[in-house]
Amino acid sequence: MSRNLLLGTVLSSLVVLAALVSFFWTPFDHTAMDIPAKLQRPNGLHWLGTDHFGRDIFSMIMVGARTSIAVALVAVGIGMGIGIPLGLTAAAQQGSWLDEVIMRANDLVFAFPSLVIAILITAIFGAGAVNAIIAIGIFNIPVFARITRGAALSLWAREFILAARVSGKGAARISAEHILPNVANLLIVQGTIQFSLGILAEAGLSYVGLGAQPPTPSWGRMLADAQTMVSFAPHLALIPGSAIILTVLGLNLMGDGLRDWLDPKLRVSR
Amino acid sequence: MLRYALKRGLSLLLSLAVASLVIFFVIEVAPGDPASFMLGINAEPDTVAALRAELGLDQSKAQRYLAWIGGMVTGDFGMSYTYRTPVAGMIADRMWVSLPLALYALALSTLIAFPAGIYAAARRGKAGDMAVMGATQLGVAVPNFWFAMILVLIFAINLRWFGAGGFAGWDKGFGTAIHSLTLPAIALALPQAAILARVMRSALLDILGEDFMRTARAKGLTRRQALWRHGLRNAMIPVLTIIGLQFSFLLAGAIIIEQVFFLPGLGRLVFQAISSRDLIVVESVVMILVFAVISVNFLVDLTYALVDPRLRSRT
Repeated sequence: MSRNLLLGTVLSSLVVLAALVSFFWTPFDHTAMDIPAKLQRPNGLHWLGTDHFGRDIFSMIMVGARTSIAVALVAVGIGMGIGIPLGLTAAAQQGSWLDEVIMRANDLVFAFPSLVIAILITAIFGAGAVNAIIAIGIFNIPVFARITRGAALSLWAREFILAARVSGKGAARISAEHILPNVANLLIVQGTIQFSLGILAEAGLSYVGLGAQPPTPSWGRMLADAQTMVSFAPHLALIPGSAIILTVLGLNLMGDGLRDWLDPKLRVSR
Repeated sequence: MLRYALKRGLSLLLSLAVASLVIFFVIEVAPGDPASFMLGINAEPDTVAALRAELGLDQSKAQRYLAWIGGMVTGDFGMSYTYRTPVAGMIADRMWVSLPLALYALALSTLIAFPAGIYAAARRGKAGDMAVMGATQLGVAVPNFWFAMILVLIFAINLRWFGAGGFAGWDKGFGTAIHSLTLPAIALALPQAAILARVMRSALLDILGEDFMRTARAKGLTRRQALWRHGLRNAMIPVLTIIGLQFSFLLAGAIIIEQVFFLPGLGRLVFQAISSRDLIVVESVVMILVFAVISVNFLVDLTYALVDPRLRSRT
């Protein structure tokens, strides 16, 4: 196991652990206000200090991790759940009208950055964590469809697939039994990358008010709240920012490490 | 080359047409009637009906789509529901902030990423490479709006080199306007530069292993000469792809960064429009952004053909 993979896994696990523990324990109630104790710097009682309402930042960060992870994870699920079957179908029907339609539709979705999709969705249904998930999820679909198709295409030219066809298996069965397991590694790596991009996107959407709404805590909204107070209470911005950076860094390192670990050829060439 | 350009141009028009249909019908299903929203809950039904006719809302969906798209082509985007001014004028004003910001950030990102990527590739595996790669790993993880806040804290609040927000306006002179866009552009550019530097490095490393690079070295070029004369040009395809993609991210990213610096760009316009349900403005800004993304990708495709002549004949 490489150093990257180890460090990335440790960082990511810490964040997931914080999110899980927050379901039954946080140092303070993350919604409890304590105005006399407002804007405290990190100290023995409030490990990461308090915000302008005297809420405990450590508790808010722990609960905020839930929002980030939930949004990014479900968005990756949407991208994989729809994108992978589309990519497998396009590759199996290479050159057909179906392949063409799927790939052109992908190009079209690709022209809408996730923020723009979020703006459209919010204009119709209003802001919220669910709409953030949908926006990021839609953005993920063409990413997975393209990667799956690209990797599957090269496999379809291989002899073991020919053998499967000779033995009478149909395209759908070959895709599920032979193609998918062989592209799984690639998809897992891409999954971690999209997961980290999802964390960043969720933070951005919440920051501009298109994501999770109060009282659901989120790192992006903590930063939006911090903006006007950054001159006299910089920890309000530094702490949620560091949480985002460490999470994304952890996931990226894990993705890089996984890629090297799963594909020994890369260890030599890079 | 001409055939290639025509083919790509046709696909550009088709993408724009489909994208505009999607945007129009997504906004169409939005609940609430703009006319009743504008007039408030106490409006008489006759007044609402008259306003609906004035705004063209009583026509069929197909007629309205054609009117909207026809207007877009001729530069008439319709009237804002809340401000009662032409949308085209509002967007044009805001464009003068968002577009220069995105271009400024793109220039900065390229200026940082190219030397960093080339340096790292030339020193593969050495300390310099490790340092650049470590820095880019961190750069990719930093949310640009958070970085923007930190820049404000350091350079605006503590050092007072820049204003904390707002835009001076182009009429105050080029230097002043650029000065007020500098912090936002840096905030936008650095995370993108990190990605671009990584792409530049890995594209160069792929090229360095090619036979023609060995031939270049064999005929007596130094490592550096071979890199400059043969390596860079061949590494440009993946790099250009990413630059094209980044421009659209920069335009969209500018929307968020504008919030941090209170810049009067497209981002602020669209958020105000969402909160006042000024759907025609939302629709038009989204269409402009998507148009920008699709057109930039079209230009990147054309540039491929210029950089790599093999692509012209392949189509």
